[in-house]
Amino acid sequence: MKLVFERSVPGRNTAYLPKLDVPEITLNAELREKKLNLPELPEVEVDRHYTELSKQTRGVNGGIYPLGSCTMKYNPAVNEKTAALPGFTDVHPLQPVETVQGALEVFRETERLLTKITGMDAFSLQPAAGAHGEFTGLLLIKAYHLSRGDQARTKIIVPDSAHGTNPASAAMAGFEVVNIASDDHGYVDLDALRAAVGPDTAGLMLTNPNTVGLFDPHILEITGIVHEAGGLCYYDGANLNAVMGIARPGDMGFDVMHINLHKTFSTPHGGGGPGSGPCGCKAFLADFLPGLRVKEADGTGLVEGKAASTIGNMRSFAGNFSVIVKALTYIYVLGKEGIPATAKNAVLNANYMMEQLKDLYPMAFEGPCMHEFVMTLEKMKEETHVSALDIAKALLDYGIHPPTMYFPLIVHEALMVEPTETESKETLDEAVQVLRQIYADALAAPEAMHEKPLTTPVRRLDEVGAARNPVVRYRFAD
Amino acid sequence: MGNYIPGTPKEQLEMLKAAGYQSFDELYRDVPESVRLKELPEFPEGISELEVQRKMEKIAAKNRVFGTVLRGAGSYRHYIPSIVTEVTGKEEFRTAYTPYQAEISQGVLQSIFEYQTDIAELTGMDVSNASVYDGATAAAEGADMCREKKRTKTLVSATVDPKILSVVSTYAFGRNAEVVIVPEKDGKTDREALRGLLDEETACVLLQQPNYYGIIEDAEGIIADAHEAKAKVVMSVNPVSLAILKTPGELGADVAVGEGQPLGLPMAFGGPYIGFMATTEKMIRKLPGRIVGETNDVDGKRGYVLTLQAREQHIRREKAGSNICSNEALCAMTVAVYLAAMGPEGLKDVARQCVSKAHYLAKLLGEAGLKPAYDCEFFHEFVTEAPSEEKAEEILKALEKKDILGGLPLGNGLILWCATEVVTKEELEETAETVKEVLG
Repeated sequence: MKLVFERSVPGRNTAYLPKLDVPEITLNAELREKKLNLPELPEVEVDRHYTELSKQTRGVNGGIYPLGSCTMKYNPAVNEKTAALPGFTDVHPLQPVETVQGALEVFRETERLLTKITGMDAFSLQPAAGAHGEFTGLLLIKAYHLSRGDQARTKIIVPDSAHGTNPASAAMAGFEVVNIASDDHGYVDLDALRAAVGPDTAGLMLTNPNTVGLFDPHILEITGIVHEAGGLCYYDGANLNAVMGIARPGDMGFDVMHINLHKTFSTPHGGGGPGSGPCGCKAFLADFLPGLRVKEADGTGLVEGKAASTIGNMRSFAGNFSVIVKALTYIYVLGKEGIPATAKNAVLNANYMMEQLKDLYPMAFEGPCMHEFVMTLEKMKEETHVSALDIAKALLDYGIHPPTMYFPLIVHEALMVEPTETESKETLDEAVQVLRQIYADALAAPEAMHEKPLTTPVRRLDEVGAARNPVVRYRFAD
Repeated sequence: MGNYIPGTPKEQLEMLKAAGYQSFDELYRDVPESVRLKELPEFPEGISELEVQRKMEKIAAKNRVFGTVLRGAGSYRHYIPSIVTEVTGKEEFRTAYTPYQAEISQGVLQSIFEYQTDIAELTGMDVSNASVYDGATAAAEGADMCREKKRTKTLVSATVDPKILSVVSTYAFGRNAEVVIVPEKDGKTDREALRGLLDEETACVLLQQPNYYGIIEDAEGIIADAHEAKAKVVMSVNPVSLAILKTPGELGADVAVGEGQPLGLPMAFGGPYIGFMATTEKMIRKLPGRIVGETNDVDGKRGYVLTLQAREQHIRREKAGSNICSNEALCAMTVAVYLAAMGPEGLKDVARQCVSKAHYLAKLLGEAGLKPAYDCEFFHEFVTEAPSEEKAEEILKALEKKDILGGLPLGNGLILWCATEVVTKEELEETAETVKEVLG
């Protein structure tokens, strides 16, 4: 389809502003000489352009989106409505404190409820995404060790099953990354961990349930080993949806963590953001938290403050506020019964699907799984040359969003399935049916699988060519 | 009470059995008994949608929405054409994930490609990424892009927004890198001091245009100073100003960054906003985050994919230049829709109206007794000097009573004002009247 610039005809924009009502001023400063090339379309054309683009975009509302590790649950409509209240959208972040008591209440309430869910003592809602929360948590760990004069703790231990953001965040925080292998069950290899810790250990980063969808039964031993060595334990909250209301990272021995509000707490992903990645910690780290700390003042309501030994700010202002409003709305609706019920059904849906697929699709690890499970197409690939990618692409022709591919890295030809709690039995049955059909198709005509998909707006794209000769913008004639 | 689970309790039990389990407890058998929660402590009962709607409305009502906003300092009230929220509210855009499956994500991918083009055109740079969290993190990532083995220091002008300085410093704490402040002189970067500070360890100079006080800096001179010392320049710019001011590209900046909020996003108490980043062809592989590229499918049809992924965390892990994964994609689309609606003439009009209204306000305030603190050319923000801090506070209080959010108090009687296209002549005149009454 045409680019917005290819639809453009000079002079066609709709005018939105009234005429200038004060004397016009022209600046003497050095002014732009380069022509300003922006789209020139009447409003109707803008609308149609994006309507056409929306038809070539797949959202959760369009159907099951079992993208492992991403928790693509349904985004409740009421969240959008509350976040759009003018009292939330049309407020300047630097207004006098007495005029933003509602905003501060949103921060205080969200922080309070997140501490209850996680067993942490304090949260900063400033980080704008999960990776941003990780970076924040690692800076807390760094600040903590330095505050005790312990400059030798320069290493962060990361299991090889971890999300790529974990080691990348550790590097940004100035740590050296020590990768340790997982054992045959996908759990942390305790011996490898014992061998890795020492006086140079700043901490361990762990996802639990882990990235193969299993709850590590040795969790208390793991955090114990790290603490014994003087390190701190970081909890990657990417998989919190499986255990919220069931078990808390704070009780498992974790000292600091992040939550992805755009996963666990139902705020929409927006094609890649905005998210929100609150960073929580135990009391002994709270003095290092960044950004806004809301405090109760006697008689005058809520006041804005900062932590005593704050690491500073992770971004401008207090956080992705509208996203936080949506998450708070969701938490209020769920409440103390709805939160564990959500976790249980996320786990149930994954196990239900796993059970109905496991006779055909080899599972990387045995169940029961948590909220997601990992299939391996290694044998299929060897025998028929049909890969995990081929299976994923075949799903597109059936209108199903594929699972996460080739992650975690420790499983070959991995497909990672996370149905979430908001899918009904019928939807899961359908997805299972389609996956079984594709498996049969793959065995019957393996060659044809490399051609999939056939019915999407575009078919397989040349990614290698795109990276070799990057064309990352439209070029105008002038 | 409320939840979004489709299955009835009976169905849930059937599914459990079909999966080979008798109870939910069995599913959680790997969770050690000692960490199992009986129930969430001190946690409210769930509520219905009607109740939550009422509850959130009550909380929102505790915020005050001002009729007139004359405060900027990093967050701006501009007019947002209705089409913008109409388009970005479309459920496909709102609820899609990062476009990993390109064949069913062409809409999001193409919109990002168009956004990247818009940002490159606005800044006059070669290439743009798909966005980062906000303007301050864009500056911090920009500083990271410029660091080399022996050049790790960042010089930040004292006229850069203190919020940006704070974020750049926090990121630098992570990198164990040094941040040095270049002093200001009469509201602008002190070039003489800058030349003294530039050394062989300087990776880049961070400069803001217009600066925190709204003043237009001698960007060309600063860039020349930096380049002479073989340091790079990260230029943080207000995107609206780029419609009329000389672009970072024309000035020779190495990285252009900024806060995209003025282009169609509400103030929303500070977020979500969007950081834009653009650079030269030469530095494209140093750009952090997602980048969308054009390519062809197997039938030769044009399409778009996430590209140059070998830079990113999911491939390079600890060797990646940045850890960024989720960005602000829907905000990037908001910017693109805003720019498509306004067009080049519309954006120039916004810039022209901002400049004119800010200068009109400055003139009226001056006549009312609030003199400008600096004698420099400014864009749509400027600083005034009240006779005392008490008077400044009194002025802002008096304005509040008239439903006007005045400028941002900077201490010592200084106030940072901002006027955009949404304020009317009458509102500006009422503001000046009120100031006059206070200063008597």
